[in-house]
Amino acid sequence: MPILNVNGTPRDGDVPDDMPLLWVIRDVLQMTGTKFGCGIGACGACTVHLDGKPIRSCVTPVAVAAGKPITTIEAVGNTPAGRKVQDAWLDLDVVQCGYCQSGQIMSAAALVASNPNPTDTDIDNAMAGNICRCGTYTRIRAAIKQAAQSTVAQGA
Amino acid sequence: MVWSRREFIVAGAAAGGGLLLSCRLGRQAEAVAAGTFAPNAWIRISREGTVTMVVSQVEMGQGTYTAMPMLLAEELDVDLEQVTVEAAPPGAAYFNPATGFQATGGSTSVRALWMPLRYAGATARAMLVAAAAKEWGIDASSCRVERGTVYCDASGRMLSYGQLADNAATMPVPEKVALKDSKAWTLIGTSAKRLDSPGKVNGSAKFGIDTVLPGMCFAAVAASPVFGGTLASVDDRKAMALKGVTQVVHLDNAVAVIANNTWTARQGLAALEIQWNNGAQANLGTADVVKQLEAESARPGKVARKQGDVGAAMARAATRVEAIYEAPFLAHLTMEPINCTVHVRPDGCDVWVGTQVVGRAQAAAAKVTGLSKDKVVVHNHLIGGGFGRRLEVDYVTQAVAIAKHVDAPVKVTWSREEDVQHDIYRPYYYDRISAALDTSGKPVGWSHRIAGPSILNRWAEKSPSGLKAAGLSRLITTIRGVDLDAVDGAINVPYDFPSMLVEYVRVEPPGIPTGWWRGVGATHNVFVVESFLDELAAAAGQDPLAYRRALLKNAPRAAAVLDLAASKAGWGEPMPPGRGRGISVQHVFGSYVAQVAEVEVSGSNVRVTRVVAAVDCGIQVNPDIIVAQMQSGIIFGVSGALYGEVTLKDGRVQQSNFSDYRVLRINESPVIEVHLVPSTEYPGGMGEPGTSAVMPAIANAVYAATGKRVRKLPISTALAG
Repeated sequence: MPILNVNGTPRDGDVPDDMPLLWVIRDVLQMTGTKFGCGIGACGACTVHLDGKPIRSCVTPVAVAAGKPITTIEAVGNTPAGRKVQDAWLDLDVVQCGYCQSGQIMSAAALVASNPNPTDTDIDNAMAGNICRCGTYTRIRAAIKQAAQSTVAQGA
Repeated sequence: MVWSRREFIVAGAAAGGGLLLSCRLGRQAEAVAAGTFAPNAWIRISREGTVTMVVSQVEMGQGTYTAMPMLLAEELDVDLEQVTVEAAPPGAAYFNPATGFQATGGSTSVRALWMPLRYAGATARAMLVAAAAKEWGIDASSCRVERGTVYCDASGRMLSYGQLADNAATMPVPEKVALKDSKAWTLIGTSAKRLDSPGKVNGSAKFGIDTVLPGMCFAAVAASPVFGGTLASVDDRKAMALKGVTQVVHLDNAVAVIANNTWTARQGLAALEIQWNNGAQANLGTADVVKQLEAESARPGKVARKQGDVGAAMARAATRVEAIYEAPFLAHLTMEPINCTVHVRPDGCDVWVGTQVVGRAQAAAAKVTGLSKDKVVVHNHLIGGGFGRRLEVDYVTQAVAIAKHVDAPVKVTWSREEDVQHDIYRPYYYDRISAALDTSGKPVGWSHRIAGPSILNRWAEKSPSGLKAAGLSRLITTIRGVDLDAVDGAINVPYDFPSMLVEYVRVEPPGIPTGWWRGVGATHNVFVVESFLDELAAAAGQDPLAYRRALLKNAPRAAAVLDLAASKAGWGEPMPPGRGRGISVQHVFGSYVAQVAEVEVSGSNVRVTRVVAAVDCGIQVNPDIIVAQMQSGIIFGVSGALYGEVTLKDGRVQQSNFSDYRVLRINESPVIEVHLVPSTEYPGGMGEPGTSAVMPAIANAVYAATGKRVRKLPISTALAG
């Protein structure tokens, strides 16, 4: 496997180039915050950032990600947008079973980072690929709006 | 519920010091019949003052890891933040008083543990206060407790629970403890933050699928695609040639590939050439199941509820209305795909899993390994979606069977396709319903015959000895022929009908396994009852709200939620063409819920734009979690009503993933408004009622918008047909 840059740390390993990034992250690097949901890019549970953009790691060959910065749920809180999104998620108690929420937060953080004032349509477009069977959509929408409007605490 | 404190609280010194308080509970007659009185919930207060609660009820999103500690902390007088939650291991100590065995389901957690956990907290508090009073040589009544510390205000002395823990363990268990007056509650009734949020927001929360063990290998598995089929032969040469594939395991009805990661195991599985014996169901289709239900429901069933003379009412009816309703097989698609990690050794077995029934999981592993149950350790986890799927242990049985062949811990993860095609499905139900209306349009006779499988009976038949030990009233009723779950929502309608007959015909479909699904009986019966009520209102030429209202004279709580939902929704206000409003009311799982759904219909495309819910669930332990559960149940129900459908062809499930088993996404999600009714009544369940209430509200809204009555779900298929 080419060297991966995961959350700012170089990681190497011996895997085939076509192995999906998801399984490298989960089974080889043993970072379990990123979730397997469908394996076909249809549910968003596996969302991570590649070069700051949300991607479905279950359908992304590891070779595609080589050399580029990868951010997972474990480190998204180190970005201003990720931090704001996580804070809003906690403030509104968005989670239920929580399994999809890593992916939801990664998609939301990418949205908030690129769009300081997302409309309902912007939220629909950015988040429609992330399924939540617990139906936390009402709170996800509210939390994204709250995160977009908030500012990160100084010095935090 | 009457409790004798002495009999259900036992205190003693915890290993390592501190107070250990176990609370024995359960309906006492049952516990005596079972021959043992084992503890249920455990409180550990360490010398450091940490309060650990071993929670019998698993967290699968419904908030039980917050609500259960709230009950305890309220009476113990500790901050919720001081409570650490641990998942309970298997054991009679953790039986759910509402079900008689260790289970999280049926919207029972708060209902079952509302009294026991508060008594457990109050008793522990009393013993801690007694220890402080003894230390200071004062009367306990001179002590005050605040946030885990006992104070003597007169002398200014104070001792923390941690400092008192050792001595408290030596105090006698009090004969009587008083629970706080509701006016004194500081936690119950507040929207305390969920204790499980932080880990679920930063990725550190561990679900069963996140198990990581030294030396662990990974398995991909394929079960016979035809229900009831068996493995004939496997050519594994190509799979074994793949780098990382270590083993191919043959089971009677499945084959698994073991590898150094899940993806490689899947590559290996895809490389297998498998021959199956398809067995008796090789040609089974959905139509066969429906035909069987149609035929068997033509005969009378077991009487589930009877009052008055329905036959006479039908004979003299001014108008008779009849209908047949059908509800399809449904899958769960929990976000966390089915998985189980197992390590089998000659002298023991460890299972890492998320299960709603940890005791059944242990028993399943013991059965497969031949080990005694005490040699099987089940490490239960947060559950990434249950909805009844994880009340079953088929996947534990399968994973243990695989692990028996593997000389290491092995994590078995089903593909989503395997998850959809080997689910335990919400049954297909077939209902014949009719009513007699008098000249004013009022229903004077109501006849409802339900045909479908009995999940309770399947469980009971699997373990008759367990059934006897459990002494379950629900199951005993089942033995007499009526499955009280299958008729839930049909026998307990909130309406006054002068005559009424509800019958149940048990029909087991060939081959396809059926099980719980977020309120099995209620989800289907409330759909039928509330849709048919709407049909009666239409037949009588009356407004659906006013028609229901007139039948609720003896159900004030149902009438109140109906009025509230209607008023908040603007019932009766005009809507543009193509749009409609539908209403429903129900009393299931101990809670009253009314909903008004608004839809926009274009051809067979239905969009649910708004749902207004009014909820009276008695005392509200955590209002925000109640609102969350209503939002959740509504989204789950909208998915089911609009799109949910598993179909069979050639003995196989035709759906495979989110791509062809459609569920609601955020862009299709309705605006949801939830209004809670303050109440001092006993708490009701909240995990499931939102789902059952919304399905008929949507169908009734579709009727209002289009004049088309949907009697067969899902709505999208019905309108397209």
